[in-house]
Amino acid sequence: MLYAAIVFLPIIASAIAGLFGRIIGARLSELITTVALFTSLALSVVAFFDVAIEGHKYIIPILAWIHSGSFVADWTVRIDTITAVMLVVVTGVSSLVHLYSIGYMHEDPHRQRFFSYLSLFTFAMLMLVTANNFLQLFFGWEGVGLASYLLIGFWYKKPSANAAAIKAFVVNRVGDFGFALGIFGVWYVFGTLDFDVVFAAAPSFVGKSFIFAGHSVDILTCLCLLLFVGAMGKSAQLGLHTWLPDAMEGPTPVSALIHAATMVTAGVFLCCRCSPMFHLAPVATDFVTIIGATTAFFAASVGLFQNDIKRVIAYSTCSQLGYMFAGAGVAAYDAAMFHLFTHAFFKALLFLSAGAVIHSMHHEQDMRKMGGLAKAIPFTWAMMLIGNLALTGVGIPYLGIGLAGFYSKDAIINATYAAHTGIGSYAFTLLIVSAGMTSFYSWRQFLMTFHGRYRGLDHDHHHAAHAHHDDAHDEPAADDDHGHHAPKLEEVHESPLVMLVPLGVLAFGAVFAGIAFTHFFIGEGAHEFWKASLFVAGGEEGELPVWVELAPLVVTIIGFAIAFYYYILHPSLPKKFADRKGMLYLFLFNKWYFDELYDFLFVKPAFFIGRFLWKKGDGMVIDGMGPDGISARVLDAARGAVKLQSGYLYHYALAMLLGVVALATWFLAMGGTP
Amino acid sequence: MSSLPLLSLVTFLPLLGAAAILLMPAAQNARWIALITTIVTFVVSLAVWASFDNANPGFQLVEKMNWLGGGISYHMGVDGISMLFVVLTAGLMPFCIAASWESIEERVAEYMIAFLVLETMMIGVFCSLDLVLFYVLFEAGLIPMFLIIGIWGGKRRIYASFKFFLYTFIGSVLMLLAIMSMYWYTGTTDIAAILANPHFPPGMQVWLWLAFFASFAVKMPMWPVHTWLPDAHVEAPTAGSVILAGILLKMGGYGFLRFSVPMFPHATEMFAPLVFVMSIVAIIYTSLVALAQEDMKKLIAYSSVAHMGFVTMGIFTITHQGVEGGIFQMLSHGVVSGALFLCVGVIYDRMHTREIAAYGGLVNRMPMYAGCFLVFTLANVGLPGTSGFVGEFLTMLGAFVHNSWIAIFAATGVILSAAYALFLYRRIIFGELVKPALQTIEDLTAREIAILAPLVIITIALGVYPNVVTNVTSPAVAKLVQDNQKAVAMEHVRARLAGTEEGRIIIMKAGMP
Repeated sequence: MLYAAIVFLPIIASAIAGLFGRIIGARLSELITTVALFTSLALSVVAFFDVAIEGHKYIIPILAWIHSGSFVADWTVRIDTITAVMLVVVTGVSSLVHLYSIGYMHEDPHRQRFFSYLSLFTFAMLMLVTANNFLQLFFGWEGVGLASYLLIGFWYKKPSANAAAIKAFVVNRVGDFGFALGIFGVWYVFGTLDFDVVFAAAPSFVGKSFIFAGHSVDILTCLCLLLFVGAMGKSAQLGLHTWLPDAMEGPTPVSALIHAATMVTAGVFLCCRCSPMFHLAPVATDFVTIIGATTAFFAASVGLFQNDIKRVIAYSTCSQLGYMFAGAGVAAYDAAMFHLFTHAFFKALLFLSAGAVIHSMHHEQDMRKMGGLAKAIPFTWAMMLIGNLALTGVGIPYLGIGLAGFYSKDAIINATYAAHTGIGSYAFTLLIVSAGMTSFYSWRQFLMTFHGRYRGLDHDHHHAAHAHHDDAHDEPAADDDHGHHAPKLEEVHESPLVMLVPLGVLAFGAVFAGIAFTHFFIGEGAHEFWKASLFVAGGEEGELPVWVELAPLVVTIIGFAIAFYYYILHPSLPKKFADRKGMLYLFLFNKWYFDELYDFLFVKPAFFIGRFLWKKGDGMVIDGMGPDGISARVLDAARGAVKLQSGYLYHYALAMLLGVVALATWFLAMGGTP
Repeated sequence: MSSLPLLSLVTFLPLLGAAAILLMPAAQNARWIALITTIVTFVVSLAVWASFDNANPGFQLVEKMNWLGGGISYHMGVDGISMLFVVLTAGLMPFCIAASWESIEERVAEYMIAFLVLETMMIGVFCSLDLVLFYVLFEAGLIPMFLIIGIWGGKRRIYASFKFFLYTFIGSVLMLLAIMSMYWYTGTTDIAAILANPHFPPGMQVWLWLAFFASFAVKMPMWPVHTWLPDAHVEAPTAGSVILAGILLKMGGYGFLRFSVPMFPHATEMFAPLVFVMSIVAIIYTSLVALAQEDMKKLIAYSSVAHMGFVTMGIFTITHQGVEGGIFQMLSHGVVSGALFLCVGVIYDRMHTREIAAYGGLVNRMPMYAGCFLVFTLANVGLPGTSGFVGEFLTMLGAFVHNSWIAIFAATGVILSAAYALFLYRRIIFGELVKPALQTIEDLTAREIAILAPLVIITIALGVYPNVVTNVTSPAVAKLVQDNQKAVAMEHVRARLAGTEEGRIIIMKAGMP
């Protein structure tokens, strides 16, 4: 089947660039991987119309994988609507990021490796979304984790990048711990990992219990929670989010592709893919809602005071993923998928625009050294503006006209309200507040970067940065590698065309993806669009109160107003605020102290216990009682008498010989009869 | 079946090579003879595999002739469990010889002879179907290993080889007693015959099981009798480590599958919880210890102990997935840990230190090396798509079915393995190349590429299409699991019947033990 090529073209390209990159050169490597990706994209678009609109469904067997007794899991390419949506998102963003990277990575001596990794990532992500069973999904899941690890640590000379790469992998593994147990549980309960079979059988397990970890627990609740732990890791939800901001150590195109548009949404995809199971487990989905809404709030609050242009967007991503989970939690899986879809466009746009800014600023990422760039790089300014408008969900209520985020984000907010549950209200409140904060940090970032006075040549800010105790491992990282200093404003130029074209395409998506697809994703056409691939709740939504409809817009405007007040009208106020170091400011600036807490709770103890077990456990207790204790006695007796190594050999050979003799004697003593 | 005694051929070919080296002991001759011998042996082992019937769960390619008289015979044969260990052993050997090509310069002929003798012993262990033959080969195989560490080893080789000796000695004495007692009870030392009708009384099973366990647990090695392994690895030359990790450790697991589980089902059921506890402790404890290591080889050695924890855990779940996963894990670990030790050897040959802190930033000058090392590191971490994943996954699946607690604890090892393995990789490969001594370090030579590239391919191929292995092992594993479950069920019935007067009469009439 031709559609299998969507998945396998990128890995072939990746292998060529990775293995023969040094022979064929950087230019050809870029070309091969990029062309492969655009071909995948073209096929994905065909598949999208074929599957989502025409209504076909494909399950293409590729190869047998693990068969052990009654356990069977095969390599398969499965394309139903939810997959088709993901295919377009993944190949779309990936191909644009490939193109963009040709410009962005132009000066890097290891471009072959970079493009090989990018394509490898795309392959793993495509394996994830085309999986027909939990195990292949897990393969893709870990595969994207690997690619993420490699790309975060791409600039391997930076210690901070290496640390971030390991952190990303290990924290994700914590999530995978739950995911793996969930997979074991699914197989244990259903006897298969095949999606269709599991989902078909799920309703018959409602209300039934099994023994897990010594307790009798509800089967579906338990399995969904375990799977969700995996989703929390991959999608950087509260508690397992700490890796995502650090992941910004990777090159910016990577952040756009992996840490905004695709990989981090895999957790949302998992919940939606398993929606036929999740919607039967209300306790689990309540938990999903709580985590999602809390993450949306938490990440938005941390985003308020970050000074690194990429980190703001990183926390924004984290927060938006929280929205998606909150939506999935109140059974608005269609809205969650829709937000995933639109978010891919505008968040990739924001990241790549930020990349363009960084590129123009000679790798400066600290917004305190920017300002007034609008005149120097107007195209990038326009792109960032569109991205922000889409992210903050600007649109006109009742008329139903707006940018992408307007449709999808408001759909989620409305769904939490319409749930009419305590937890729904909790989510609704937090999401509304977060929407206000989203607006503030987005416009703060925009205004700090593009408006006001250019601060690139001010030196006091740099010192101020070092005054913050946390900045020691925070901001200088960006400077370490390249050692670039911010250029003069006249030297700030627009990025090359190869970078700007992808921005334009994404901007087009950020503007129109909402209005064009709302009918299919969450409107009347939803049932027909998603078919069996997603659980779509019945439409007993009813009319929403006016204030609910208007609230997102109102808080968005308030957020903008505050940002405008502080960063345009009174630009000296934020610095004073920061220098005062209020409790709340420090708490938010230091990301609620999660990193410090985990370091104290897990990282340091693990190394300490490891050392302790090694030196005391192995060294003193086991060896001290065992071999060393005995050997000390033996050595006392044997010292000087025999050459040591041969001495033991003799002992050993003798012992063995004695053994054989003893056996033979025994045998003879028994009279040699069997 | 086959007219050619293939198993004897594959077992004794290396010995023939050893004899040839005795005749032509010049260093370069010895190298070439050893290499050619091991390659031919490998080809023959593939021939064995080719003539092996996957569908047959019993012993195949059987050879039997009188040996010591009485019940003791020279009896060889392979089934789905042992078949691939023969291939693994024969397959790793040429790599060991090639890896020693330049690094061993003294007493080359003796060294090669030791390896060839070792190969005969190891292949013999997996093929032998007689208790005495098994015991002799099992123990005798340690002698060349002992020599390899003791003569061509590092600075503390004396200590290491002594520790190695002490542990294995105690284990083997107990196993010998058990074998004698089995002979006394059944009147035969024929493994196939005992397996066909294992009916040791429960009380006897308990101590026989314990005696075998003492030997196999040391070999695996299981916590807490693992401390010989890091020392042995550190002191052994590269190829010695490869064999130690790749094959010798597998003899413990093989022993559990060949003896403990099928012959002593009652005791296996009884002691399974103990094994689980020891396995879990091994997985978590040694992973944490690995995190704190400063010596590359020690780190990999501790990680081996953790990986073997998955094996014992899987085997004693007595589920199809658990047992098959255990076998797969052993084969995969044989390749992967062998490859990791070869990787350490590559830089050890250049820098003559195994201290992690002495390296850093190698990717700057050794990109190919970094690539190979990455694949093996990821396989060690159990990334899906590499061979390391399949075994870990299946053993944990089996454990989950048995008792979810076991799987929960074991899964924490998966987190820790990522931490220690990637931390090692980072410290050696990434970063700036600042150490003065490393400024001129060279990337892989053609010989080293020829060694590592096939292992990379095998690691990925087994991860993508593991059925190469499971097709062979499945029927034998299914039989093992069924027989065990039947025996355990029988034992439960017997125990219940024995509680009543009528029951005892039924037992007597039925002639049950």
